[in-house]
Amino acid sequence: MRGRRATTGRSTHQLGASAGAPDVPAAEGAPTSVTPDEADRAERSTPVAIGRRGFLQGAAIGGLGLAALGVLGGSLEAAASSTSASSTATKAARQWAMVIDLRLCNGCKQCTVACQTAHYLHPDQTWIDVFTMRDTAGQAYYMPRPCMMCEDPPCVPVCPVSANFRTEEGLTLVDQSRCIGTRICMNACPYQARYFNWTTPEPAPRQPFPQEPAWPVPQVKGTVGKCISCAAMLPSGKVPECVADCPMGVLYLGDLASDVAVNGMGTTVVLSKFLADNDAVKFKESYGTHPRVYYILGHGQDLESDAETS
Amino acid sequence: MSDQQASDAARTGSDVPVRPRENLRTVAMRPVLETPRWWWPAVSVLGAIVVLGIVAWAVQVADGLGVAGYNDQAFWAIYEANLVAFIGVSYGGAVVSAILRITKAGWRAPLTRIAEATALVTLPVGMLFIVPHLGSPQRIWELVWPPYWNLSSPILWDFFAVSTYLLATIVFFYLPLVPDLPIAAARVQGREGVRMRACRVLYRALGGSWEGRASQRRLLEGAIGLVAIMIIPMAVSVHSVLSFAFASSSRAGYLETILPVYFVVAALYSGIALVVVAIAAARRLFHLEAYIHPRHFVRLGFILVALGAVYLYLTFTEYLVDGYSGTADLAAWVHQVVVGRYWIPFWFYFLAAGVVPLVLMAVRRTRTMAGVVAGSSLVVVAMWVKRLVIVIPPATEPLVRSPLAAGGVLAGDWGTYRFTWVPISITLAATAAIPLLLLVLFRFVPILPVTEMEEMETYEEEIAEAVEITAGVPAPGIPASLARGAPGAYVNRPLGPPASAFAPAPPLGHPAPGGPPLGGPIAGGPLDGPATPFGGGQR
Repeated sequence: MRGRRATTGRSTHQLGASAGAPDVPAAEGAPTSVTPDEADRAERSTPVAIGRRGFLQGAAIGGLGLAALGVLGGSLEAAASSTSASSTATKAARQWAMVIDLRLCNGCKQCTVACQTAHYLHPDQTWIDVFTMRDTAGQAYYMPRPCMMCEDPPCVPVCPVSANFRTEEGLTLVDQSRCIGTRICMNACPYQARYFNWTTPEPAPRQPFPQEPAWPVPQVKGTVGKCISCAAMLPSGKVPECVADCPMGVLYLGDLASDVAVNGMGTTVVLSKFLADNDAVKFKESYGTHPRVYYILGHGQDLESDAETS
Repeated sequence: MSDQQASDAARTGSDVPVRPRENLRTVAMRPVLETPRWWWPAVSVLGAIVVLGIVAWAVQVADGLGVAGYNDQAFWAIYEANLVAFIGVSYGGAVVSAILRITKAGWRAPLTRIAEATALVTLPVGMLFIVPHLGSPQRIWELVWPPYWNLSSPILWDFFAVSTYLLATIVFFYLPLVPDLPIAAARVQGREGVRMRACRVLYRALGGSWEGRASQRRLLEGAIGLVAIMIIPMAVSVHSVLSFAFASSSRAGYLETILPVYFVVAALYSGIALVVVAIAAARRLFHLEAYIHPRHFVRLGFILVALGAVYLYLTFTEYLVDGYSGTADLAAWVHQVVVGRYWIPFWFYFLAAGVVPLVLMAVRRTRTMAGVVAGSSLVVVAMWVKRLVIVIPPATEPLVRSPLAAGGVLAGDWGTYRFTWVPISITLAATAAIPLLLLVLFRFVPILPVTEMEEMETYEEEIAEAVEITAGVPAPGIPASLARGAPGAYVNRPLGPPASAFAPAPPLGHPAPGGPPLGGPIAGGPLDGPATPFGGGQR
């Protein structure tokens, strides 16, 4: 039924040279000219005339009328620029993505444990959680759910103090030194992927990275935390902890710009071909969030990709 | 006469007979000038409850929001419901004062000061719930720091809307107070004591250059009219925007286009209920029986049930349509609310704020002051519970669940919010803060709008007549069968005084005699307006 996995030989499970060179090892088989993302957008059956961002930009432009009255002044520009900062423009050298091959997941939750260990998280904070699902035969299967790193993240525009932002490389991060803890982003996220520090966080020893949005360790009480795709580790060529620790090779870190993905077993694939061959889907596509996490489904499996499915 | 008074007292459930009328100014200033025996004990008890709430909040700051029963799958709960509910009850002031002012319903006069004061104290208390709601309250300054503003955030819209509304509420309380200040100042003149001195300073500072000149009166009247009109769209905007914080998400139960309307109506409904309770308490505690009458409560009761019926209708349509659609997440949410884990609070709302007030006003025997006050007390509590039912279930929804799982709409793990002593203490503290602040406020300002009431020239005669009529004597010109019979006739019985009650000029700002009845029996009813088909034919 579905195409075979396009495994293209073994490699180190480090994406990018160990020297930290910016270029990614070219995968065998030249990258296709169109990125999966573009392909995905092209074949979207119902073009979205005006998305959330477009709507909000329109609202911001309407608000500029107020600025003309001198009521709100320069803050609007700040708002407008923060809105456009989450643009999907693919300028950066890397455009991080993730592929999750549900055919292989055995629900061991090693990814959750590795994540919580690395980030010194409270046990309730499952930045990557593994949900038990049912297929058409009623059998259980497992669905890891990290942050979807949406291209149009609903959590970003709702924050009153601009504590959420999206990097040029496509990662949605939280500035915990800014967050005031309204939790409206937890309300906005359709993937239940945000977690709050309800109590004093786990203590953490000295970290290899400064405490910043790309490595919020230790967590800060009274602020929101979420999967960061181990943003601080990526530039040095390391894959996220969950990808590295998955014993089944379920999780792949991908780069849409160079069209390559690699899992913890060292399997490297041509991202666009891998996704196309395996009919990859995104979770809750109907929400217009454009996740950068792709799921590969096994026989009889279905995500809640359409809310109406039942 | 005394028999009538006794029967009136029995009928309304009040054991205080209608007193001989005292001078209006004396009555209005009595809470300022005299300290009742119960005052200090009451303030102490209420103050202790407030202090306990502050202690609970300190514990929460130290230990984190987790001690308040929150978790990742119940991220919004009691504080958010309180924010909505407490800001909501401040709407009562806007309704009674602004709407009845605009519609020139003269009977509102004795109620306006208490209603506006209720709005004045409940709104800041409601706004304060933003503080325990925040996970990092030490950074609350960021909300007023423009460089950090994200204007696309509904929470920031809330912040602007509520702040504007607070300003309007303060102005709306202050403006009608201005002409009363010289009257109050005359009463505290020459009295000893720190508070009396404070009163004098306050009256002088707030009174400004008011001398009661005709030009000043015209200006003030215009200003009050303007604010009364402005405050209504402002009030509507506050709760609409408050609802956007919920409705702008993708969660079933929050993502409802009905939500803004729903919030506004709920706020008006619970607000008018709180005003009834506050007026009943003030009437009893400060002996305002001569000025605030059972018929005031019955009229407010009609407004109450009208809003209650609209709210019931909105609730019905919301759950019916969402449940009927069969959309998995909507159906799951409706299931949980109506027959699932939230059925007790939901049906409590349905009975206490949906059915009971309607029945109380529909049945003649309970269509009394006691009935309206009892119904309103229920509504205040039940509408708070309803806010919990609005806020909590969608926040506990499982958003990742198998569409193919057995169990259909209930598939997935629903979160649970568990009440702890911390939020309960804070909620009780806020509840206690409202009577506490009102008690303190009325130590400084006249409890009745003296000037406004004095402008109602024929007021005293009206009262005297109306008391007789309320006691069960049909007004001349009303057929006995109509006076006692059909529902439509009821409003004319207590409200349709003999024409002599209005004999001289009509009260200020009222329609000229012989003009069309304004707004039916509730707004500008026959008590203060012109003739009605049954009551005023003799004019």
